[in-house]
Formats: sequence, structure tokens, C-alpha cells
Amino acid sequence: MDLTGLTIDSARSAVAERKTTATALAEAFYAKIEADDPKIGAYLILSKERGLAKASEIDRLAEKGDKLPPLAGMPVGIKDVLVTKGIRTTAGSKILGNYVPPYDCTAVTRLEAAGAVVLGKLNCDEFAMGSSNENSAFKPVHNPRDLSRVPGGSSGGSAAAVAADIAIATLGSDTGGSIRQPASFCGVVGLKPTYGRVSRYGLIAFASSLDHIGPFGKTVKDAAIMLRTIAGRDPMDSTSAEVPVPDYVAELDKPVKGMKIGVAKEYFGEGLDAEVRNGVEAAIQRLAKRGCEIVEVSLPHTKYAIPAYYLVATAEASSNLARFDGVRYGFRAKDVRSLSDMYRRTRDQGFGAEVKRRIMLGTYALSAGYYDAYYLKAQRVRTLLTRDFEDAFKRVDVIVAPTSPTAAFKLGEKVDDPLAMYLADIYTVTANLAGIPGISIPVGVTKEKLPIGMQIFGKHFAESTILRVANAYEKAA
Amino acid sequence: MKVTEKDVAYVADLANLELSADERTRMVRDLNSILGHVDSLSELDTKDVQPMAQISDRYGVDESKKGSERFAYASRDDVKEGLRTSFPTDVALANAPDADGTFFKVPKVIER
Repeated sequence: MDLTGLTIDSARSAVAERKTTATALAEAFYAKIEADDPKIGAYLILSKERGLAKASEIDRLAEKGDKLPPLAGMPVGIKDVLVTKGIRTTAGSKILGNYVPPYDCTAVTRLEAAGAVVLGKLNCDEFAMGSSNENSAFKPVHNPRDLSRVPGGSSGGSAAAVAADIAIATLGSDTGGSIRQPASFCGVVGLKPTYGRVSRYGLIAFASSLDHIGPFGKTVKDAAIMLRTIAGRDPMDSTSAEVPVPDYVAELDKPVKGMKIGVAKEYFGEGLDAEVRNGVEAAIQRLAKRGCEIVEVSLPHTKYAIPAYYLVATAEASSNLARFDGVRYGFRAKDVRSLSDMYRRTRDQGFGAEVKRRIMLGTYALSAGYYDAYYLKAQRVRTLLTRDFEDAFKRVDVIVAPTSPTAAFKLGEKVDDPLAMYLADIYTVTANLAGIPGISIPVGVTKEKLPIGMQIFGKHFAESTILRVANAYEKAA
Repeated sequence: MKVTEKDVAYVADLANLELSADERTRMVRDLNSILGHVDSLSELDTKDVQPMAQISDRYGVDESKKGSERFAYASRDDVKEGLRTSFPTDVALANAPDADGTFFKVPKVIER
């Protein structure tokens, strides 16, 4: 049996039917990581001791014939912005290079409580800031579909690990597209839930009003299984919503016939690669064949999304990252003259170029004299962008769009042009500003065999609906 | 509005960054490039639009209530012992670059 090629659905059955063991599964994944990850760079650290201990706990349950938990023995990887007790957590940054958290992120606790085996921590852009994973302070990630290309970012390691079969599923975080864009570049499924659907407790903060935790999987069903496990109110995160969690898996196969699918012309304009456009349009036609009604909608403020996003996100980041001062944890600069000198040198030496750029932009946008023109203005435009979606959802059930204007680009291609890199997020940032759920699914490849991704957006807490549409597409494939 | 070297030095100071001469030059270039793009926001008339700081402003609120009562779903009674036990001092200090067993240690605060 090709253990590393299995989906959660099939691997879970194999463990339950005693065709394999959780330990054999974990060992197969560790062997494949050792063989394949050196050329990909998805993992920053492996948590073998903790992972294998969990696997043998599952195997003991299976031997006794006990009922197994829903993710029994499933080997997962965790983006390194989610803290793990006793396992080094760096956020891809030198400033947290030696940080060993004293507690676990709620999403990780819930995965392990459901029987999942944590293989290790996955590479990402420093503090989740980036769209190519080239901002990791440790090493870049290479796209498993084409090693000369980026996997997307910031959850590049999480997407690449699923694409390369070196994790059965993974967790990532999405502040402006950081789950959906790498899922698209690597040809896997990535889901950003509604804001408040999944607790952010234990997520190292980048922009608190935009940060979301969500899953990557090989199939829509695997993403649904992962979401079902991590979703729900958590008293440790006051922004997690008191909204019941439906059984996303049970609702997957409900018919989509008659469902209204919105297509927004603003997402198919200038800058969209022709092959990506063709791929997404063909996918929309496939949904039409399944009996969905295609309806044109307008999201008129879309072109203001990137400017609004980069002001709100960097303003929040400049505040969140103030805590990295070399006092309580992480790196501290040597040979300093005074406390303020220590702060400055620690931050100068500890943060990478993109993080400093965003701290500077955010501090500027919040500074006296510029607050109204930049930060407050961006918050008002955020309202307009959210209303665009609210108006459109009065007429349609979901909205579909390309995930990224292009397929995966080459390593180094945009690294010297921050604005060009920011524009790679043009189709993803609005869902973060509006807090609505979005899923990216693979819808074919370009002539160069690079994956194309399509996003499906839904109303707040309508994860069931977007998963159903995604599943209908996947099943029709 | 053009960002100058002087602005960059001022903002770096606010952000507790020093930045090398090279970094400052690049920062002037990058901030101007990004803010040039951001200036398109001024095309929009937003004087009657409420600013939005949080998504939870948009759902879950009980519109019939006033003030913080609208967010009652996010409230809970006080838990005297806390939602989780506080870390003991040694655990809280374990990641500190410098500590003496009871306190975090930092370089002298007053500069001459």
C-alpha cells in the first residue's frame, strides 16, 4: 500500500480496519520527508518524539479494539506560526529562532485530541508576510510541481507538504491569501474559514483582524474533515464565534443543482493570465453542467482592495510586532549600550527586510498627521469592500474567481519589487477584509503543467456551501 | 505626499528600528512605490462611510442592544482562577535571553 499517497478518508479506514498502523503511517511519512524534503524545504523542524508517541497511543487503542477518534493516526504538518508546546516555533523569523513555546495552539490541541499525529513544523514567510515563501529567514520552499518555482506564500511549506505527499494534510494561516494562493500554486485544496470560525489562540499574530487559521488537503473532503475538527468557539479567543459547527462532511454530497454561482467581472480584468482565465472559465462551465445557474455580479470596489489591505494589515502588524524586543523571549542583540539600544539592535538584526518594510509602512500609516489619510481611510474602504460582497450575496449563493492572476512564478522573480509581490494577492485579500470564507481548489494546469486554482467565496459561516460546490466540481472531474 | 529620508528616520525611531544607511535608502524607494499605489484610495468619497475595525462588527451582534451589550455573545462570567493556570515563574522565564530566576534582566535603562 502506498501509505503516503492516501487521503485522510482512505488512510483513516486503513488504520481502523487494521490494514496498517498509525506507527507505520508516521514512519512512512518520516522516510519520505527524509528522502524528498531536502529539495523542497517544507519542514523547519520534525517533532518525531511527540508524533511517534501519539501514533503508538492510537495503535494501542486499535489493538484493544476501542473506537478510534476521527483523525486516528493521521500524519499532519503545522505551519510554524502556530505555537506547539516544547517544539521550537519560529514564525520563520530569526528573532524567534530559539523560541520554545510553553503552550499549544487550540487548533493543534484539537487535531491531536482527534488522534492526529504532528509530524513537524512547516516553513513559511517570516511572520506570514509574503506571497512566495522567499521571506523565510531559514530557507526558501520549492514548489514540488516545478522546483524552480515558488510554492506561494506565506503558507508555502503547508501547501508544498501536501502536494509532495510528505503530510496527509496541514494547517496554515491566511491573512491576505496565505492559504489559498499557495494551495493554488501547488495544486491542492486550501480553505480560509469565516473570521471567528476557528480559534486564533496560539497563532503568532500578524494582523489580528485579518488572521485566520485553516486547513490544506488533497481533496475537498479532507479539508472538510480538518475544518470540522478545528472549528468552534474557544473561550481562549474572544473573537471566536458562538456559532454551531455543522457536519461539513455529511453535507458535502448535497446537490448543487439550482444553486446560483456569481461571477464578478472585476476578477477577470487586466492582469489576469490568459491560461488561468481559460482554466477558471472552463471550471465555471463544468459547474453550469452540474445544474448551477451562472449569474454575473459586480464587486465595484475591488481595485481598492490591495491599497486598503496593505494599510490595515501593516498598521496592525506594526502594533503586534512591537512585542519582539529581546526581553521575554527570542533573540537579543549582543554588546548593547542601553535598553533602547538593545531594542533597536535586536529588532534590526532579528527582523528580515519585508518585516521591517511592513512595520515601517504600518507605523507611518498610524503616525500623527497620516492616521486619517491612511489608516482611517482604509478602514472606511474596508466597509465598502464588505458591502460589495453583502450586496452580491443577496443575489447569489457563492462567488467564484481565480485565486491568483498567474500560476506559480519563478524563485527570485519578484523578490526585488515589493509592490509587484503585493499585487499577487489581488484576488485574495478582500475575503480577509470582509471575513468571508473562501476555498481554493485545483482546476487544471497550464501548458507548462503548473496548477491553476479557483476560489469559491461564501457568506459568513457558509463553509458548508462552498465545500459543497467545491466537492461537486471535484466529483465531476 | 512623498516620503523623505527624514520621514524614514522619524518613523524608524517610532518603530524602535535603527536601519542601516542602505536600508533607509531602499525604504524611501519602497514606501514611495507602495504609497503611490495606495493614493488611489483618495478617489473614493468616504465621508459618510463608517470605518470598520473588526469583522465581528458585522455579525453576531444584537442590534436591539446598545454599546457593548450588542456583543453579549462574546462575554462570559469572570473565572476567578483564570481560564488556565498561570505559568510558574521558571516556565515564564525559560525563553528569556537573560533572567535571574525571578526577573527578566535588561541592560541599564538610563542613558548618559
